[in-house]
Amino acid sequence: MTKAIRTAALVGNPNAGKSALFNALTGARQKIANYPGVTVERKSGRMLLPSGEPVELIDLPGSYGLDATSPDEAVTRRVILGEMPGESRPDALVIVLDAGNLEQHLVFAQEVIALGRPTVVALNMVDLAERDGLVIDPAALQAALGVPVVPTVAVRRRGLEELSAAIAAAEEHAGEPADPRPHVNQSERRLTAHAIADGAILSETRRHRLHSRLDRVLLHPWLGPVILFALLFVVFQAVFAWATPFADGIEAGIGWLTDGARAIFPAGLPRDLLTDGILSGVGSVIVFLPQIIILFFFILVMEATGYMARAAFLMDRLMAGVGLSGRSFIPLLSSFACAIPGIMATRSITDPKDRLTTILIAPLMTCSARLPVYAVIIAAFIPARSVGGGIGLGFIGLQGLVLFGLYVIGTVGAMAVALVLRRSVTKGAASGFIMELPKYQLPTVKDLALGLFQRAWIFLRRAGTIIFTVTVVLWLLLNFPRAAPGEDQVDASIAGTLANGLAVVVEPIGFNRDIALALIPAMAAREVAVASLATTYAVSAGDDEQTALALGDQLKARWSLPTALAFLAWFVFAPQCLSTIAVARRETNGWKWPGFMLLYLFVLAYIAAGITYWGALALGL
Amino acid sequence: MRLDELPIGQKARIASVDWAVLVPEEGQRLRALGLDEGAKVSLAFRGIFAGRDPLAVEIGRMTIALRRVHAHAMTVEAL
Repeated sequence: MTKAIRTAALVGNPNAGKSALFNALTGARQKIANYPGVTVERKSGRMLLPSGEPVELIDLPGSYGLDATSPDEAVTRRVILGEMPGESRPDALVIVLDAGNLEQHLVFAQEVIALGRPTVVALNMVDLAERDGLVIDPAALQAALGVPVVPTVAVRRRGLEELSAAIAAAEEHAGEPADPRPHVNQSERRLTAHAIADGAILSETRRHRLHSRLDRVLLHPWLGPVILFALLFVVFQAVFAWATPFADGIEAGIGWLTDGARAIFPAGLPRDLLTDGILSGVGSVIVFLPQIIILFFFILVMEATGYMARAAFLMDRLMAGVGLSGRSFIPLLSSFACAIPGIMATRSITDPKDRLTTILIAPLMTCSARLPVYAVIIAAFIPARSVGGGIGLGFIGLQGLVLFGLYVIGTVGAMAVALVLRRSVTKGAASGFIMELPKYQLPTVKDLALGLFQRAWIFLRRAGTIIFTVTVVLWLLLNFPRAAPGEDQVDASIAGTLANGLAVVVEPIGFNRDIALALIPAMAAREVAVASLATTYAVSAGDDEQTALALGDQLKARWSLPTALAFLAWFVFAPQCLSTIAVARRETNGWKWPGFMLLYLFVLAYIAAGITYWGALALGL
Repeated sequence: MRLDELPIGQKARIASVDWAVLVPEEGQRLRALGLDEGAKVSLAFRGIFAGRDPLAVEIGRMTIALRRVHAHAMTVEAL
C-alpha cells in the first residue's frame, strides 16, 4: 500500500503558467499567507483527487534552478528539499512545463526529477504551442523523463482530471532515489534538455508567432513608449469616469441607510455614533471601491497578458537614468494600486541597493488609498468641464487631467528621489536588467475575477477593521468632553485640543484646524483623512439639515482653493500609512530605513504643500 | 562581432562569453536563461533612448531582455 498524497507543490520556471494552473485546480479555495521568517508569499489551496480526498496544493515561486539567487527562488528550493522550517516536505511535486518552451524549461525539470520524489509533469499551454506550429508527443516526453506527463491547458481547464489522477498515483512513480546523485552540471543538463525536446517535438512548422508580431508594434522604438503612455492615460481617465455611476449608487445607498437609522432610532449620542461616526466615516471610504477595482483591473490585465514585462523593457532606459532598472518598474507600477504589494514585489530585484531604493520610493507612487482623498478634493474644487474642446479633444476632462497631474508629480518626485538616493545613501554599482519577456496571453475572466475579488476583499476588510476603529475612536474624541452651551463641540473636544496644537505647525502651509485633525488618524491609512473630515463636519454641523450636505459641499464652503491644493500636494508625498511602514520594516530587517523613509517623506510633503499654498496665493487663486 | 553590434534579425551563435566583466549573479542568471557559449540567438528589439538600451534577444522560443553591457560581453558569429 502506497502512502496517500496529502500535500503537493507546483514547481517550474517563471511564466510556465503555474498560477493559472493553480487557480484552475483549486478554484476559489485559496489561502495567501507568508512563509515564516521570510516575506515570500505562500499561496496554498485545496484540490480534490478523483477519489474525493483533499490535497493541499502549494504554488511555489517560479525558479530557473535549485542554485537560487533571489529570496523567492530560495523558498522554492527549501520547500522542495524539505528544509523549510514549519513546512513539511510536499508528498508530491508537480512540474509545470511550458509546452512552447520545452528546451528551456526541461533544464530545471531534470534537476527536480533527479531528486527522486514522487513527481508528475504538467505539459502546460499545449494550445499556445500548437498555435505556434509546435506538435509535441507527450508519450515520448514521458519515456525520456521517466515520470508521468499530462498535457494541460490550465486556462481552458483541459487535462485537469488526468492531472489530478496522476497526482493521486504519484507515489508509484517516484524515481530511483538518486541521492547521492552524480554531479550533473548546468551545461550537461542543457544538452540533455535539447535532446529530449528534439525527441518529443513531432513537427515544428515555420513559426508564425503572434507575439513577435505584437512585439513589433508594442516594443517599437518610438511607437512602444507612445502606446504605453497612452494606455496609462486611459487607465487614469477610466478610474475617474467609469467609477462615477457605481460610486453614486453606493453613496445613495449610504444616504438611504443614514435616513433609515434617523427614522428608526431616537435622537441621541448612540444614534449620532451610528450616523455621523460609522456611516459617514466608513461610508465615505467604501465609496471608492469602484475606482480601486477599476485600477486593479487594468494592473491585473497588464500582468496576465504579459504586457507588464514589455512595459519594464520600455521603461528600463529611463529607470537606468536614475540608477534603477526596468525590474523596478513592476513593483513601482503595482504601488499605484498599493505600496504594500509593490514593496513585496521588490524581492525579484536581485541587487540589494536597487531593491532598497525601490522600497524607499514606492510610497511616492500614487496608491489607491490616495484616490479617496484626491477624488473628494478634486470633485469639490476642480470644475467638471472639458479642456481642449477647441482642438477636438473635448473628451479630456479637467478633473481627470488634474488627477493625472497628481500621479505625474508623484512619479517624477519618486524618480528625482531615486536619483538623489543612488548618489548618496544607496550608492553602489549600477544594476543590470535581465528578464524574460513572456508570451502574450488572453487573460481568463475567472482568473481576473478571482484576483479582483481578493483585492476588493482586502480593501473592504481594511474599511471594516482599521478604518471602522479609527472612525469610532475619532468620533468619541470629537464628542467628549461635551461642549458647554454656546461653545463649538469640536473646539471643546479632546481631538479639537490636540488638533489646535498641531495646527500651529501646519498653519504656515495653509492647513486649517480641521485638516490637522484629519491628519492624526490618517497616519493609520490615508483614506481615513476623508472619513475624518466627514465625521468632523458631521459633528460640528449639529443639525440634521447641514449634515445632509455632502462632504464636497462642506469642503467648498469651508476651505479656500489654495488650502485644497496644498492638501493635495501634501498627500502626494506624506507617508501616512502604518501598513507600508510596517512592511518596509519587515523587508529591510530593521527600523533604520523605514525611519529614514518617514522623515524624508514628511519633509517633502511639508515643503510641497507650502510651495503649493504660497504659490497659489501669489497667483491669486 | 559582439552581440550588441549584431543587426536586428540576423541569426548568430555565441562563440564566447567574457564572464569576468559581468557581475557573478548576472552571469549566473544569463547562464540559467541559456545565454551561454554555443547558444543560437538573434537580436529582436532595441530600446529607443540614449544608447539604444536595453536589448531584446531571442533564444529558442524565448525572448530575453538584457542590457548592452551584457550583450557586449558576448562574442557572436553570424550564421
